[in-house]
Amino acid sequence: MIFSSYSLLLTGALLCYALGMLAGFVQIYRSSPKTSKVENWLITCGFILHLAAFGWRFWESRAFPVTTLHESLSCFSLFLAGIYLWISRTAKVSILGTFINPLTTISLLWSLLIIQPVKPHPPALKSFWLPVHVVFSFAGNALLAITCGLGIMYLIQEHLIKTKRISNLFKRLPSLNQLDQLSYTCLSIGFPFLTLGIITGSIWASLAWGSYWSWDPKETWSLITWFLYAALLHGRLNSGWRGKKAAILSIIGFVAIMFTFLGVNLLLSGLHAYGAH
Amino acid sequence: MNIVTLGVNHKTAPVEVRECLAFAEGSIPQALQQLQQDVGLQESMILSTCNRVEIYGICEDAEITRNKLVDFIGTFKDLPAARFADSLYYYCDQEAIQHVFQVASSLDSMVIGEPQILGQLKEAYALASEHKATGLILNKFMHRAFSVAKSVRTRTKIANSAVSVSFAAVEMARKIFGDLNDKTVMLVGAGEMCELAARHFVNQGVKKVLVTNRTYRRARQLADEFDGSAIEFKDFHSQLQRVDILLTSTGSPSYLIKPEHLRPALKKRKHRPIFLIDIAVPRDIDPAVNNMDGIFLYDVDDLQDVVTENIDHRKQEAERAEALVDIEVEKFIYWLESLQLAPTIKALHRMADEISRQELEKTLSSFPDLSKKQQKKLEAMAGAIVNKLLHQPISFIKEHSEYGEQLPVEIVRQMYKLNDTE
Repeated sequence: MIFSSYSLLLTGALLCYALGMLAGFVQIYRSSPKTSKVENWLITCGFILHLAAFGWRFWESRAFPVTTLHESLSCFSLFLAGIYLWISRTAKVSILGTFINPLTTISLLWSLLIIQPVKPHPPALKSFWLPVHVVFSFAGNALLAITCGLGIMYLIQEHLIKTKRISNLFKRLPSLNQLDQLSYTCLSIGFPFLTLGIITGSIWASLAWGSYWSWDPKETWSLITWFLYAALLHGRLNSGWRGKKAAILSIIGFVAIMFTFLGVNLLLSGLHAYGAH
Repeated sequence: MNIVTLGVNHKTAPVEVRECLAFAEGSIPQALQQLQQDVGLQESMILSTCNRVEIYGICEDAEITRNKLVDFIGTFKDLPAARFADSLYYYCDQEAIQHVFQVASSLDSMVIGEPQILGQLKEAYALASEHKATGLILNKFMHRAFSVAKSVRTRTKIANSAVSVSFAAVEMARKIFGDLNDKTVMLVGAGEMCELAARHFVNQGVKKVLVTNRTYRRARQLADEFDGSAIEFKDFHSQLQRVDILLTSTGSPSYLIKPEHLRPALKKRKHRPIFLIDIAVPRDIDPAVNNMDGIFLYDVDDLQDVVTENIDHRKQEAERAEALVDIEVEKFIYWLESLQLAPTIKALHRMADEISRQELEKTLSSFPDLSKKQQKKLEAMAGAIVNKLLHQPISFIKEHSEYGEQLPVEIVRQMYKLNDTE
């Protein structure tokens, strides 16, 4: 690990996220407004430190810092924390953090384990379209990650109600209707972001490589993911897909996102392979 | 001066005894008057509910008051003491305070955490207060009891969970639907339990009620009670798609609702969930429906399990509540003791002010030329000297009189000969 101001800021953010995650676990057993406040306060602190680290990296590299796996994971974690904070404030579902913060923490931890010094950007990445593509894609990914978290919460709550197990978790989890509605809202916002991420990526590809679509593995998997979410949204709107079915599909969709984001970079080669370094 | 409590409750007396001892609201003013005149209580109030009858009083001698209170009840209720004496409990000071705080917080109730008792206590206090039977101590005591009850309710989860089958059904419905305002309830059968559960749903905001029964007239009657609609029994399956919550309690020997009845309903509802509550024995709904997505079935045993679980949870919370009550009892005792110091502190001030006034008059008469301003300054100086000199003895008795220690008060009284001056 490189001990610089950048890594120290990231480590501080990681510590806050990890403590926030622990506070989230405590909430399951001892729900109190205080624990929830502590959790949100820690995630907010982590987010501010993380944002500062991101700004620092931006300033150091003089470019949008999302070109290596380290930077991508860190950026994903940053978007996840930011969007979680926004949703937890607006939707008032305090236990959501228990299901989202572990992903934020793991993503940043992984990012820190493979930290690299700033490298000059390859020519293809020196583009106005890089931040546009990345912001849409990561905002979409973060929102769909939250949809997945809500899907997991739905399945647990549904199981507890069906099996009549009145545990602490049952009491802490919101109603099935609220989880389903919130999941639908996140999907409805996340899907257009994902779509815009793919469109802007395609425009950028045309400018950089002369072709809108090259059937590169990442592009192919993005399309598969897009179809999965398009099917879920269509099913929700027209065929009454809700509840358990929608929850399972939102989890499968997020697995596809994770494979597109990480699996393709790490396992398959292609035009996006720089992200594996 | 003692705080005393004498009474019976559901734990110490069977209902036959409790109903004999209960005070009708109309008889309480007269009873309060007699408690003052015949028993000698300085302040008093009577709490009379279906589960408890209690008299709270302030008296000089707790032991004599006990016997007088038993006599009073016997005379007022025209009952031989042997009939109720064994069921009585009698608490004095710390025990009495603790008991009343526990009663107010619903820790002594049949259903721990039920909220009605606090309202009943407030009504009993209002009645006593209206008839001028309460004074400084009972006023403070009751207000403290109300705030202890509020604190227990907000700082513990003693009243958070449902402890009746009907409320458990509402609690489960909330976990499925969240808000119940726009939901539709259907009653299949017109059994008493079913009706009670439906009433709870309506009280929680449900606006649409459908009723079906083998006898249409009875369905119509019940539907009218809820401002709802009656449905012919043979047609109710076709109406299932309108229903969010379904309550059944018919005498049918076989299942009335099976998966094949719910499948088309779910499809028409675009898979919005349905909560089924089967209160009938034998059951009206095939348990296999619980395996369907979007269908949640609870029978009477399931709901009873929820109630048992919640009661256990309340008992755990009650332990936390008891700890809160204990702290409040100590604080109140401290206030009571400071109240008992008040006469000594007043006497000290009176004596010192008298000496100061006499000396000041002597001094001022030797200096007739002093201006008003100069006189005021001298008076202020004398007052300041008195306060500074009294500060130490007053602090001494306050500090050393915690936990009912009377010796320091006696020392100060003898030192300043306060007993002689009163």
